[in-house]
Amino acid sequence: MSLEEIKREQKKWAAGYEIDKMPQRKSDAGLDLSVLYTPIDLESIDYNTDIGFPGRYPFTRGVYPGMYRKVPWQMRLYSGFGTAEDTNKRWKYLLEKGNNGVAVAFDLPTQLGLDSDHLRAEDEVGRLGVAVDTLRDMEILYADLPLDRIVSSFNINAPAAIILAMYIALGERQGIPPEKLSGTLSNDILCEYVSRGMWVFPPPSALRLAADVAEYSTRKMPRFYPFNIRGIIMREAGANMIQEAAFSFSNALAYIEEICSRGIPFDDFGQRISFFFATGLHIFEEAARYRGVRKLWARIARNRLGAKNPKSMLFRFTGTVGGSCYRAKEPLNNLVRGAYGLLGNILGGAQGMLHPAWDEPFAIPTEESALLALRTQQILAYETGVTNVVDPLGGSYFVEALTRHFENQIASEVEKIDKMGGAVRAIEEGYMQEVIASEAYRSLREEKSGKKIVVGVNKFVSEDKSQSESERAFHKADPSTIGKQVQRLNTIRNERDHNSVSAALGELREIAAGKENLMPYLIKAVKAYASIGEMMEALEDVFGHFREPVKI
Amino acid sequence: MNKQRKARVLVAKAGLDGHDRGAKVVARALKDAGLEVIYTGLHQTPDQIVRIAIQEDVDAIGLSLLSGAHLSTCKRILEGLAEKGLEDIALVVGGTIPKADINQLKEIGVTEVFPTESDIDVIVSFFTRISQH
Repeated sequence: MSLEEIKREQKKWAAGYEIDKMPQRKSDAGLDLSVLYTPIDLESIDYNTDIGFPGRYPFTRGVYPGMYRKVPWQMRLYSGFGTAEDTNKRWKYLLEKGNNGVAVAFDLPTQLGLDSDHLRAEDEVGRLGVAVDTLRDMEILYADLPLDRIVSSFNINAPAAIILAMYIALGERQGIPPEKLSGTLSNDILCEYVSRGMWVFPPPSALRLAADVAEYSTRKMPRFYPFNIRGIIMREAGANMIQEAAFSFSNALAYIEEICSRGIPFDDFGQRISFFFATGLHIFEEAARYRGVRKLWARIARNRLGAKNPKSMLFRFTGTVGGSCYRAKEPLNNLVRGAYGLLGNILGGAQGMLHPAWDEPFAIPTEESALLALRTQQILAYETGVTNVVDPLGGSYFVEALTRHFENQIASEVEKIDKMGGAVRAIEEGYMQEVIASEAYRSLREEKSGKKIVVGVNKFVSEDKSQSESERAFHKADPSTIGKQVQRLNTIRNERDHNSVSAALGELREIAAGKENLMPYLIKAVKAYASIGEMMEALEDVFGHFREPVKI
Repeated sequence: MNKQRKARVLVAKAGLDGHDRGAKVVARALKDAGLEVIYTGLHQTPDQIVRIAIQEDVDAIGLSLLSGAHLSTCKRILEGLAEKGLEDIALVVGGTIPKADINQLKEIGVTEVFPTESDIDVIVSFFTRISQH
């Protein structure tokens, strides 16, 4: 059948069944969806240049040729709580169960570079993640876990450079040189100004630190990923799927341009930038978005950043099901939501998954719920057959049309931020923050009005209280954590060599005032057992503190 | 309070936690409902919150907490208000608050608690009502 014939038939079909009277449906990001997609929607799409083959430019169908044929995605769980001993024990448990990497959750004081004995830290030590004050905590965290055999991912931004310094120093203690260390550091401070607030320094100094990390690891750590761009932070704050991708790209471009301005070609580090995105429950839209995102990133890398190496054109991502899809009401439903969201990620071609446990909206997961989150992934990977064929949705009229739509929408949002002067300017002016807050408000209103359905919450609401949260066993924060943590810190402060600590901190201030890369000086300070708070303070003396543009 | 005046609410984020989606959504909803809303921004200490509440002459504080540190934070804010003789400023708490802690919060003097997933319209009408007292 020719396109003309299809067009004619489609018209007849639509008229015959009164298709235009069907209820309207919108995509998660607001696009009006047709009732049916046909070859007409693919008229301007060329197989070779737009879709192509997995592992080949423009990578629409996947970053690797065989995708999950050889190995499924990397299954990770986000975990860390209490003291380093507690987290070490939990990690060993998860690794025994077949988890192949750890993603480290740090407590809020660590994420803000405050010592556990800081006045502002008191209520938060070890509460939402593990507390790390000095190299000693890292030594305990990784006791019996050799760094060359475990893949670690660190979710930390403001003091990212210090955590990397600790990781390098720890490797040295374990006899593993920097070039053998693998792992990922999120090191994405810009998303913190946009959404989660874990910032300390003003953006220009923070950008320099982020670039210092990237420059250092580019020269010395070929297996280490110095950036994991956190779309998830913005998505969870309210960004829709287009904004999440666009803002992530704009932030990534700010880092890349800063690094390139030091004379380092993009190809030297481009292949070690990865992304971390949140996925909602609109399975086909999310899968299509990831296809469009891969294609757009490849284009940006090649045309704008001058990538020659195909590896630096790859949009590699860890996916997760956004915790904002989960509800505290009838919490076991989250297990089902999680499984569907997971499917969207995998159909979208994720390299890794950090799957949330069903009880995450209100508690740190228990061992049982964390294991269920891992089982959800294993069942999808090994029992359902979704890993058998690469990009199974490729060629779907709907998914291909949406792929094109997302590619264009995200590209034009990136362009908008370029015109504002780039990500840092857009953040300083509060643009991204405001867009996200409006979107969060809109989404709340839609859920409130019933336009957006959440089963058990605003539709099919059950009076049955048997699943209420009060009856369930939750992980309890251990009140003795802070005592133990502060005691350890005090012991170290007494035992360490004071002269080398103050010399290292003095040097840090000096280098911070100039342009030299700070990493070697941070490593030196870490090895002298300077605390994270002391190092951050030294930097803050020079860099100053960020003033938040407060808008509502 | 003066009935001619629009009710004033201070939306506050205390402590280190920077998740402000809830705080901003509530702030917008209160503004939409015609209340005067002041937002503190992130990382405020209890003392700072009390100081801003006094400076801005608010009728109520809407405190957003997601980190789990609600008991100690509320206690300090309430003590700070009491020291200045401002017990009439209502302290309303929202965020990740386990059911088991709600009564305890009310016992120490928190006016109302809206845990995650509370109805936004109920929150708005609550603030409208207490501000009219």
